[in-house]
Amino acid sequence: MSSLWFGGYTTSLKTGLPGRERAQAQPAAGRPRGRQAFKRTNPGQTPRFVWPCKGGTMYNLLIGGAAGQGVDTITHVLERFIKHAGCGVFTTRDLMSRIRGGHNFALLRFGQTAPSGHDDRLDGLIALNEETLALHLPSLDPQGFALTGLDSDSQDPRVIKLDSLGIAKSLGNQRAAGSVALGAALKLLGIPFTREAAGPIFARYLKEDLVPVNVQAAQAGHESVSQLKKPLQGPYDGHLLLSGAQALCFGAMAAGLQFYAAYPMSPSTSILEHLAQHAGEVGYLVEQAEDEIAAINMALGASYAGARAMTGTSGGGFSLMVEGLGLAGMGEIPLVVVNAMRPGPATGLPTRTEQSDLRFVISAAQGEFPRMVIALRNHEDAFHQTARAFEMAEKYQIPVILLTDQYLQEATATIPLPNPYHIRQPQPLPPEGKGEYARYRYTKSGISPRILPGDPRGFSAVDSDEHDEQGRIIEDADTRVKMMDKRMGKLALLKKDLQEPEHLGEKEPDILLIGWGSMDGPLREAVDLLNAGEGPRVGALVFGDVWPLPERRLRKYAQQAKQRINVEQNYTGQLAQLIREQTGIAMDASVLKYDGRQLTGAQIADRVTKEAGK
Amino acid sequence: MTQQHIYQTHETAWCPGCGNFGILEALKMALEGLNLDPHDVVILGGIGQAPKTPQYIECNSFCGLHGRAVPPAVAVKMVNLNLKVIINSGDGDSYGEGGNHFLHNIRRNVDIAHFVHDNQLYALTKGQASPTTMEGMVTPVQVEGSMSIPFNPLLVALGTGAGFVARGFSGRPEHLAGLMKRAISYRGYALVDIFQNCVTFNKLNTYAWYNSRVYELDDSHDTSDLAAAMALASQFGEQIPIGVLYEKPQPDYNSRHAQLSSGQVLAGRDNDPEVVARLMRQLV
Repeated sequence: MSSLWFGGYTTSLKTGLPGRERAQAQPAAGRPRGRQAFKRTNPGQTPRFVWPCKGGTMYNLLIGGAAGQGVDTITHVLERFIKHAGCGVFTTRDLMSRIRGGHNFALLRFGQTAPSGHDDRLDGLIALNEETLALHLPSLDPQGFALTGLDSDSQDPRVIKLDSLGIAKSLGNQRAAGSVALGAALKLLGIPFTREAAGPIFARYLKEDLVPVNVQAAQAGHESVSQLKKPLQGPYDGHLLLSGAQALCFGAMAAGLQFYAAYPMSPSTSILEHLAQHAGEVGYLVEQAEDEIAAINMALGASYAGARAMTGTSGGGFSLMVEGLGLAGMGEIPLVVVNAMRPGPATGLPTRTEQSDLRFVISAAQGEFPRMVIALRNHEDAFHQTARAFEMAEKYQIPVILLTDQYLQEATATIPLPNPYHIRQPQPLPPEGKGEYARYRYTKSGISPRILPGDPRGFSAVDSDEHDEQGRIIEDADTRVKMMDKRMGKLALLKKDLQEPEHLGEKEPDILLIGWGSMDGPLREAVDLLNAGEGPRVGALVFGDVWPLPERRLRKYAQQAKQRINVEQNYTGQLAQLIREQTGIAMDASVLKYDGRQLTGAQIADRVTKEAGK
Repeated sequence: MTQQHIYQTHETAWCPGCGNFGILEALKMALEGLNLDPHDVVILGGIGQAPKTPQYIECNSFCGLHGRAVPPAVAVKMVNLNLKVIINSGDGDSYGEGGNHFLHNIRRNVDIAHFVHDNQLYALTKGQASPTTMEGMVTPVQVEGSMSIPFNPLLVALGTGAGFVARGFSGRPEHLAGLMKRAISYRGYALVDIFQNCVTFNKLNTYAWYNSRVYELDDSHDTSDLAAAMALASQFGEQIPIGVLYEKPQPDYNSRHAQLSSGQVLAGRDNDPEVVARLMRQLV
């Protein structure tokens, strides 16, 4: 874990430390601006980040153990208790690709405001085994705590040895030991515990007969220690607590999803599972295909027949889907394809995160056809952009690719309840007037009316060969040119529907950070951290729509800024490449990471400071 | 008396004498014989000479990718059980490139009719060996003769649990039309492997070769007898049976499916926002 630990931070998460006071005493207007700001930065010195800046106090808790020890259940229950106390939550999971053993952990961060991303400096540690303690104790704050069992031989003063096993045994079920530690952690963090609240929370994740003993165990744990941290409160009790994958699924349901076919592949499998869980109630169909080729071709068949369709996979499966993607382009069949990215190539790191498929999905499949690529930025965005993907797919009769990644898929967060009544369920463009219906009728917009099989007004003909208006194979040059112009012409219209990247931080920044997709959360934090310090003023653009590339806001800010830095979770800086290709705008520096673990806001801030003014 | 539906056909790009003509004729006879409204029929194909069939007959059509006719076909039926879904594709498409879909859609048992134009080689790409090419046949690629054991689609289908397995011959369109009608009417996955002569590239399995070997099964064959069907499926030599080898009613995908068994059509359907809102509120 030492590779993940960014040393050199001299401030801590707690209030009242000198760093924070200094920041508050430093009025923004008095800070040096522009070029001056660069001069103030001493490159030889470790930057001093004031933590937190805008978000108020946050605590960061790590729950770790071997696969099968219940890390996931304990984390789920803790999240619920913490949200019930009103705090905003953001939890990431670091899992190994195995079912038993190994080392798994969750990082649960919470505060008076909802954290936008994770951090690796810890205020608390629940070590379900000795390995967790050894790996993560170096990341623990001096005023933090580490809960372990009695068998630990650690002499660290922050370690609290708890007889979890003995207490659980005395209650009649030694498997409830984790709940003892859970209760103790709640007390140390100042989170209230009542049996009334605990019952329903445990009942969400445990079999009914196991609930009472775990409630008792948690209560015993709660009573076994004294409060250590200042209690936090916020307005988040009424928020949803959900994963990025769940947010995506609800967006699809709200947009009227009727058909989902997929083949299991991490980290996209959670979409298949969540959708399957609710299929009966909402009324759509979920089918596990025999392979990804079948999955995309089934989705195409369903969409052709008039059911809003989606398929999902990760990079390896997407590779198999590529020919089908071209069929969606040639056949003008609306389709939503999710690519939940993980580090590649080939099998790569199956349970880790990366943003390395951007260039791939933009150019995947032979030939040229219009497509749209939307990168999901955060949980709320995942809901709304997934719904929008269905609308764009039907409106332009094109494939729309949603790029997400392991980080966002599995991270859980608190978001306001979205309103599905505000989401349109897109309908096929109906034919106008009389005359024989033709599926690929030339129109001014390039979009042809789309009737469904079974409609007495005409026949719906799809052809993967180049075809005429009726959908019949042609080989003549004139028709080919007309059909290419019709399909590609839709791009010009689509560009009018693009959403510009979100701007964060300073309106006239010295440094402009550029990122996309799930780098949104870490970038938000990085911008706040950097602007709370004395260095150059920082702004950021976070792209959601990445293809076609929206250029207006990018051109404006890129021109103003003195330094442009792309921040991406990949090796080659794929967004930077794309931007240069499309606009001629070049980055001055890059912050890149490709070890399978997402950048934190603090890591970005640290590396940006090192790059500043170079 | 309802209107008699007529299926218009279009000019083809097949070689004169191609077995595909007999199959197209039989298909037209079957569809008209069942008096199906062409607006309610969807014919899908992959890529090859056979999958051009949907181009030449007027109804809804989906000419997709090579080897991938079956996945979109089953999906069409899953989301709208009011449509009659038929596949016309070749042996290379159905058993080679699409072999995995062939296997798993027998298991899925969606109500579609799968007509395989089996000329025992690749015709569109000019004569290479297909999965059903006979051992020893020389082609431009298999210059020493095909070395692989020929694929037996009927035995594989029977062994995988298909409920309707038949074989026809393009040279007997009326007999073939009868098989097609039964396959289309059968509720579940129905395979009809159709011998088809390729006048240009297959100089071994010619019209005369097939015509002198095929014999029509009569009522003495019990189509509910799996062992007898497997024995017939194994006959490939001087005497080759054509007709329905096996037919057993078994619940199809839609009727087994928890949601679809009520007859729900997903095509054109919207979700109820209240249900979605309720599910989300559970996560508060």
